[in-house]
Amino acid sequence: MSRQKIKLYQVGSFAVGNRLLDADERTVQARSERSNTLTSGHRACQGCGEALGARYVLDAAMRATGDQVIVANATGCLEVFSTPYPESSWQLPWIHSLFGNAPAVATGIAAALKAKGRTGVRVVGQGGDGGTLDIGFACLSGMFERDDDVLYVCYDNEAYMNTGVQRSSATPPAARTANTKPVGFEPGNVFGQGKNAPLIALAHEIPYVATATVADLHDLEHKVERAMELHGARYLHVLVPCPLGWGAASCDTIRLARLAVETGLFPVFEADHGEVTAVSKIRRQAPVVEYLRPQRRFAHLFGEPGRPDVVERIQAGADRNIRRFGLLADETDEEE
Amino acid sequence: MRSQIEGSQAVAAAVALCRPEVISAYPISPQTHIVEALSDLVRTGRLEPCEYLMVESEFGAMSAAIGASAAGARAYTATASQGILYMAEALYNASGLGLPIVMTVANRAIGSPINIWNDHSDAMSQRDSGWIQLYAASNQEAVDLHIQAFRLAEAVSLPVMVCMDGFVLTHAFEPVDLPTQEQVDAFLPPFEPRQVLDPAAPVTIGAMVGPEAFAEVKVLMHVKQMQALDVIGEIAGEFAQAFGRSSGGLVRQYRSADADTVVVALGSVLGTIEDAVDELRDDGVSVGAVGITCFRPWPLAELRAALDHARRVVVLEKAFAVGLGGIVGQNVRLALEGLPTRVHDVVGGLGGRPITRASVLRLLGDVLEDRLEPGALTFLDLDWGLVQRELERPFGPHAENILRDLAAGLR
Repeated sequence: MSRQKIKLYQVGSFAVGNRLLDADERTVQARSERSNTLTSGHRACQGCGEALGARYVLDAAMRATGDQVIVANATGCLEVFSTPYPESSWQLPWIHSLFGNAPAVATGIAAALKAKGRTGVRVVGQGGDGGTLDIGFACLSGMFERDDDVLYVCYDNEAYMNTGVQRSSATPPAARTANTKPVGFEPGNVFGQGKNAPLIALAHEIPYVATATVADLHDLEHKVERAMELHGARYLHVLVPCPLGWGAASCDTIRLARLAVETGLFPVFEADHGEVTAVSKIRRQAPVVEYLRPQRRFAHLFGEPGRPDVVERIQAGADRNIRRFGLLADETDEEE
Repeated sequence: MRSQIEGSQAVAAAVALCRPEVISAYPISPQTHIVEALSDLVRTGRLEPCEYLMVESEFGAMSAAIGASAAGARAYTATASQGILYMAEALYNASGLGLPIVMTVANRAIGSPINIWNDHSDAMSQRDSGWIQLYAASNQEAVDLHIQAFRLAEAVSLPVMVCMDGFVLTHAFEPVDLPTQEQVDAFLPPFEPRQVLDPAAPVTIGAMVGPEAFAEVKVLMHVKQMQALDVIGEIAGEFAQAFGRSSGGLVRQYRSADADTVVVALGSVLGTIEDAVDELRDDGVSVGAVGITCFRPWPLAELRAALDHARRVVVLEKAFAVGLGGIVGQNVRLALEGLPTRVHDVVGGLGGRPITRASVLRLLGDVLEDRLEPGALTFLDLDWGLVQRELERPFGPHAENILRDLAAGLR
C-alpha cells in the first residue's frame, strides 16, 4: 500500500474512512484476508488498546512478509491475556520467555534464522512500556546497538497495568497510579522524571524509529510495513490507552489516543538512521484539558479547587513537543 | 590429536567441533579465553554456519540462547560467578522451556567481597535451576564433557552446564587429545528440536500455567533429570567406544572400592586428592577418592554403591550454604541414609585458596585420628584468628579490616 495524503476523513475524527477508498488503499484490518494473528477469545479488558495495537501491528507485519513472522513477547498484560494455558490466541509462532528479555530472545531467534539461512522469516519482539523501558531496557539497547535484525514494538499504556497500575518510566507527570496516588504536596506522578524511549532509540541511529497510536490505523500499518521493508534494528512505539489503568471509558480508547496526538502530548513521527524524516501534523489542536478530563487518573487536577497550575505545566509540556517536532499543520502543509 | 594447549582453547575447539549455530557471549573472567577463541573461529570462517552475538549482559546471553534454541539452533554460551547469578532468571526459564542449551561455567567465587578466583559457589547457587550439572576434573575431561553435553542436552531436552574450575583448568596448559571433526560428527548428529518456532507450523511457547498444571510441568523436569541418570551412562559408554577413552559418567572412583576412608569431591581438586590417596596408600592407609562428575541430577544410587562400605566419608567442597554448612555434604548424607557411615563436611578452596596435597594430607590425618568433631563443619586451612578479631571489632568494613590485620601480621 502506498502512502498518499488522503483527503477524505470521517466527520469529527479525521480518521480515514475505509469505505471511501479503493480496495487496495484500505487498511489490512479492513481486509477479509487479514491474518488475525491475535485472534478472538483472549482475555483482554473491554476497550484494551494493547490488544488492538498488537493485532494491528502483527497483521500488518504478516501481510508485509507473506506470513513469515516469529514473535518474542515480554511478560505483561499482552502475554497473560493471550496465553492462559492451555489456550493461545496467537496464530503465528510465538514465544514468551521473561519480563526483561524479549529483545534478546528476538536477537537469538534472528541469529538462529540467519545461521539456518532462513532470511525470509522475520522477527518481531514486543512488550509493554514497563517491559521495554524499564526492566528490558538493557536488552533493548543492546539489540539496537548491535543492529540486530529485529523489529521491536513497545505498546505503551504508560504504567504497569498487569500488576495493578504502578508507575513506570513512561507514566506521565501528575498521573495517578497505585504508587503515585494523588496525595501529598505533588499529587500523582512527579514532574521531571521518566524517559523518552523513542528519542533514546533515535540516539542509537538505528535504521528505523517510529511512533504511532491505535487511533490512526493507516499510519500505524504504514509504519509496520516500512519497518518490514528494512533490515537491522527497528523500533516502533505505539501509544495504547488502557481503560482500566487510565480510568477511562472502554469506548474512549481510540478517542484518547487521538487526543494524545492532537494535544501534542504524544508526538507521532518517523526517523531514518537517527534523523526525523516525517511528523504527523496536528490538524485540530486540542488543549490538554480535553485529553486529561475523561481520565480518572487525572481527576485530582479538576473540580474544586483543582490544580490549574499542574494542568498548565502539562500544557507547557505539550507546547514544547509541538515546537520541538513542528507538529502544527500550517497553510503550506495543507497545500502540499 | 594430542597437543599441549590451554584449557580454554581446548574447550573452545571442542565446542566448535560440536557445530553450534548460535553463540552468545558476555565477557567475565575466567571465561574470557573460551569465548575469545570461539570469536576467532567464527570470524575466520572456520566455524560456520554460526552466528556469534556479543551481548550486553549475561542475562542477554542466556536470553539470546533461549531464542536461538527455540528457533531450532544449537546454542552455546559460557559464563562464571556474578554472570551466572545475573542470568539466574533466564536459567530457570531455559530449563522450564526444555531448551537444550549448553553452557560452560568457568567456576569462580561470588562476591562480596569481589574475588575472581576459583570456587564452586557460582554453579552451586544454581543447583536447583533444572540444569544438568557436570563437573570436569581435568581439561581432557572438560573437552570430553562438552561433546557429551550437547548429545545429552538434546537427548533429554534439558540444558546442561559443564563446570570447569576457573584459572585452575581454564588457564592451565595440559596435554589434551582433541578429536577430529569426523569423530564428533559421527557421535553428535545434527540438532533435531522437539519444538521449534516456525511460520510453517506455528506454536505458542511459554504460556502461563496456573495451579491446575504447574506442578505437572515442574515434575516433568524432575522426571527428565532422573531419566538423564541413565542417559548419561549410555552416552559415556558410547563415547568411550567412539573415542577410545572413558570420560564422563556419573561418578569416578579412585582406589575407593575397598577403602575404609573415602574423600568425595568435585572438579580439579580430585587430582590433588588422588595424589594424596596414593601417598597414603603407599603407607598402607586404606583411603580412596570418589569424584562426582554429575552433580545434577544427583546420582544417589551410584554414590551409595560407591560409598556404602566406607567407615568414614570426607566431603571436601568448594562452596557452602551460609547458615547451614556443606551443600554436597547434605546430598552425600542423603545417599548414605540408614548407614552408620561417619560423614565429615569440609569446606576449602574458597575464593581461590589453594587446596594443596599437604593440606589434604593434614585433613586426612585429622580424620584418621578422629580429631574432627563428628557433625561439625570444618573449614580447611582457615585462619580463625582473623575471623575472631573481626568479630570482636565493633566498626568498619569487614573485608578491609581483615586485610589490614593480615598485612600487619596479626592473628
